[in-house]
Parts: sequence; C-alpha cells; structure tokens
Amino acid sequence: MKKTFRQRLAAWHKGEYDFTLKTTDHVDPQMIHEYTGKEHTIQAVEKKERAFSGALYNVLCVVFCLILITVLLGAAVSIPPHGRDTNPAVNEVMDRYVEEGMKETGAVNTVAGMILDYRAFDTLGESFVLFTAVCAVTILMKNTKRTAPDGTPLPMVVAPGIVDYSKDNIVKTVSRFLIPFIFVFGVYVLLNGHLSPGGGFSGGAILGSALILFSMVYGEDRAAAIFSERLVKAVVLVSLSFYAVAKSYSFFTGANHLHSIISQGIPGRILSAGLILPLNVAVGFVVCCTMYSFYMYFRRGRIQ
Amino acid sequence: MLRELFLLLLLGGLVFCAIATAVSKRLMKMIIVYMAYSLIMSVIWLLLESPDLGITEAAVGAGVTGVLFYLALRRIHQFDKDAADQDAQRRSDKEEE
Repeated sequence: MKKTFRQRLAAWHKGEYDFTLKTTDHVDPQMIHEYTGKEHTIQAVEKKERAFSGALYNVLCVVFCLILITVLLGAAVSIPPHGRDTNPAVNEVMDRYVEEGMKETGAVNTVAGMILDYRAFDTLGESFVLFTAVCAVTILMKNTKRTAPDGTPLPMVVAPGIVDYSKDNIVKTVSRFLIPFIFVFGVYVLLNGHLSPGGGFSGGAILGSALILFSMVYGEDRAAAIFSERLVKAVVLVSLSFYAVAKSYSFFTGANHLHSIISQGIPGRILSAGLILPLNVAVGFVVCCTMYSFYMYFRRGRIQ
Repeated sequence: MLRELFLLLLLGGLVFCAIATAVSKRLMKMIIVYMAYSLIMSVIWLLLESPDLGITEAAVGAGVTGVLFYLALRRIHQFDKDAADQDAQRRSDKEEE
C-alpha cells in the first residue's frame, strides 16, 4: 500500500516508520528498534565508510590538506611586513578611528568605540547569531517528556559517567573561594569595557563560566533556583530588544548618526561614552545567558 | 630579542598543539590539548597588542568551549554505551534460543 508523504510523516512522528528503512508499508516497531540498535552506532558507520572508500579517502585527505597548507602559507607569506611605508595602510577609516575615535564616541578603549558605536550593527548581528544558536540547541536538546504516558513522572535524564564535583573536596573548597572573584572580575570586565580591554563578549563569557562552575559544584538545582528558565528568556529578550531600540535611530538613518542625545561625558569616567556602557551590559547578559543555557541543555535537557 | 624568542616558543607550542589535536586518538585528550591551544593563542594575542581578543579567547576558547565539548563527548559515550548494551542483550537472547 502506497502512503502519501503526509501519512508517512505522521507515522514517523508516532515512531512506527523509519525513513532509512525505505519501505512504505507499515513497519513493526520492534524491527525499527533492532535496526537502529545494530546499524546506527558510530563504529558500524565508520567501518562501512572505510570499506567503501578505502585508500582513496586517505589520499584525498592528504591532497586536500596539502592544498590547504599551500594556500594558507602562501597567504601568510604574501602579507606585507609590518610598518613598511609602501603598505596599503593609507586608509582614512583607520586614521579616523585612531584620531577622532575618543572624541566622537567618548570611549577610551577604541575597540569598544568601534564595535559598539561605529559598527554597532555588526555587534547586533553577532548577538542575534548567539540567540539563534540558543534556539537551535533548545530545539535539539530540550527534554520535553516530563511524564510517562500513564502520568508517572520520568526520572531526570542525566548523562551517566559525569563526575559529581559536589562530592570532591578539592574542587568544592577551591571554587568556594574562587567563584566570587570570578564573578567580580566578570562584572568589572563588563562595566569597564569602554575604559579598558574587555567588554560585552569577554565579560559575558567570564560570567557564564562562573555560573557553569557554580552549577557544577553546588548542583544544578541550586543554580536553577537562582537562574530559572523564565529569567534566562526574559533577560535575553529584554537585552536584545534594548539593543535594537537603543540603536534604531542610527540604523534607520544609515548609521550616519553619531551624536547621541545622551552626553558623552568626560572620557575616562565610568559613566561616560554615551550608549556604549548600557550596550556592553546588554551584550554581556546575552552572552552569559547563552553560555549558561548551552551548558544546562547539554547537561540535563532543560534549565529548571 | 627575548620577546621574539618567547613568541617563537609560543608559536611552536601552537603548531604542536594543533597537530596533537588532530592526531590524538582519545577524544578527552583532544579536548584538553585544544584548550591548551586556546590558552597559548590568548597569550599570543596579548603579545600582538590586542588584549580584547586575548581575554575573549581565554574565556570562550579555553573555558566554555572545552566544557561544551566535554558534555557533548559524554553524550556520545552514552549513546555508544546504550548501543553496546542493546547488542549484548540481543546476543544473549540469541544464545538462549
């Protein structure tokens, strides 16, 4: 009996049909189970690949690597040496950044002035890349089945073999002293991004690592009590919307707009550089929540 | 002179770590060597006068990416273990028959 695509899709969704079996008739679920158990292990696939391609695969690998090495080394060699006066360094954009950057953006750290003022649109795109990655990880890893069909709650899915660090005295003692300092350092890097090296991405990554360490040592439940799934969602969405709204005027006028209604203050003060400080904080929150939710979804399939 | 010697040492370590990441058989070792690669790279960024990139490389490359790789590795081993258990079960079933 030939089934339509929609019927097959429905059957696959219910677990009665496997596309890899290439039969359109009704398939015994037991058979699928046996099939997937035998053929889908990594070793089986590897063995098949090796038998199929044989030596050709290895030869092509070597050839591809040699070509890649040649191209990359050629590119590295043909870079003009640093500081020669005939280099294509005559670039008015760079001169403008170096000479006018502090005056126009108010940021002592020129890199922060570049990525959050001149090139703020790029940074918005990068934040949305992270957001998309979180969405993809959520779709792939989220463990939605909390109860069995008969209503009994299912046990928590935790990958076996992970060392329980909360029972390790060395890890526990060291991290008890270390975690507050990591948090403070992350906040410093985040808030001081327009004055010193650092900024949203690095500060957010440090804060995210501190959260991961905390949930590793003190257990996911305690971390989830502070940082619930709703809070993560809210923080990410509010940060992204704030960024988009705060810079929308610049985006709509083709990024020609550089004079903000917010005063740029005295360069070097913590409350200066106009919008750069709040934008740094927004990017940092997005990165921090991204790292933390990556960890939680990989570890146990949900945040709380 | 000393600075260039140090840079050369770091670059040599970078190449060594990159090759070791590619050829090592055990995946766990691979992850650790990859984190060492990121750490060396962050020092090199510092020497090239881009401390922003150095901090980001140390936090993301050596910190978060390693943890994510480790968790992904655990998940793969879990699936391998499940398949092995199923194979063993089937074999014992056949022997009973």
